[in-house]
Amino acid sequence: MQDILNIFVKSIFIDNMIFAYFLGMCSYLAVSKTVKTAMGLGLAVTFVLTITLPVNYLLETKVLKQGALAWLDPSFAELDLSFLSFIMFIAVIAAMVQLVEMVVEKFAPALYSALGIFLPLIAVNCSILGGSLFMQERAYENIGQATVFGFGSGIGWLLAIVAIAAIRERLKYSHVPAPLRGLGITFIITGLMGMAFMSFMGIKL
Amino acid sequence: MSAEMKPKKEGLFSKKNRSLLIDPMNANNPITVQVLGICSALAITVKLKPAIVMGLSVIVVTALANVITSLMRNMIPNRIRIIVQLVVVASLVILVDQVLKAYVYDVSKQLSVFVGLIITNCIIMGRIEAFSLGNTPWKSFLDGLGNGAAYGGILIIVAFFRELLGNGTLYDYPVVEWMGLYDLGYKNNGMMLLPPMALIVVALIIWVQRAKTPSLIEKD
Repeated sequence: MQDILNIFVKSIFIDNMIFAYFLGMCSYLAVSKTVKTAMGLGLAVTFVLTITLPVNYLLETKVLKQGALAWLDPSFAELDLSFLSFIMFIAVIAAMVQLVEMVVEKFAPALYSALGIFLPLIAVNCSILGGSLFMQERAYENIGQATVFGFGSGIGWLLAIVAIAAIRERLKYSHVPAPLRGLGITFIITGLMGMAFMSFMGIKL
Repeated sequence: MSAEMKPKKEGLFSKKNRSLLIDPMNANNPITVQVLGICSALAITVKLKPAIVMGLSVIVVTALANVITSLMRNMIPNRIRIIVQLVVVASLVILVDQVLKAYVYDVSKQLSVFVGLIITNCIIMGRIEAFSLGNTPWKSFLDGLGNGAAYGGILIIVAFFRELLGNGTLYDYPVVEWMGLYDLGYKNNGMMLLPPMALIVVALIIWVQRAKTPSLIEKD
């Protein structure tokens, strides 16, 4: 239980997708003009991360890793398919996003119209593929840890984008040097927020 | 092919083609103007060497992905084009990843997941969507080359300052030590090695560029 909690806190604050690894910056910058849309995108990212990570975890441990196919036939024990992981992960993510889109459209039309435009965009959001690749690199022990890591990373991303959106709403009323307006100042603020988040480093439960 | 696509004899490096190659460097820079592809750009700019390798990989992938999708542009059904593009890009990235692992293993370890993240680099998808699906292979190649190079250029500028100021080295050569600045009491700024400083260096680059080219300044 404790290690799960630890992974959760770590993935939100210390290994924050945006402030520590800059993943998903494109949509982070493009969709952070108002808090409402930022919230929508953040929720969608959290949702997709939480469901793609367990699937990719199974794929990694049961199919791709060296010797992972041994459950099928002992003669596959030498097989190492990990060079295929990029294309498999991205295929799973694209398929899951499509699936989620259809399910949400059918059963939760209100949520669908709120997330609508963002859902298809998520397939090419770096933080989703990044989550799967970090999961592969860090070799989590079981599917629970991988899922919690996905959920935590999503929450961290949500936190970051909502915070920057709130700041940008206020920023409209401040006097920023002309060449820095818009993009430049957003970068600087993200940098400052990143520094603030670094104070969480070393927290352990 | 349709009638208006009839090739008007155009030199390989006509003025229009050259502008495809050069425009992305400044007025249409993918990072500082279009804000694409920052995702994987900043985490690997702590040192010059990985930044250069990353820049080269992205140039290769953008140029080849543009050519391949451009060759197939009349065959791809519109509805599934994103998947087709992802498959093309992912296959190219796998190739690049295997080459890096074979020839520069240490750099490939440093880049870790960021090689894989070239797949979701918005520059590549953006150029395919915006350019190569409607243009001939040679033009798409130049466009991909230009955009990849512009991306690599920014990576190298950022990595140059971060490595020089943060570590006192350039491409692992101890430049600051050779200049003897440490004896004068100079200290490295360790802050430059931390992730947030990458964002601030990019912001400064944007500031300089927009101050020089006022047409790029955003309204309101």
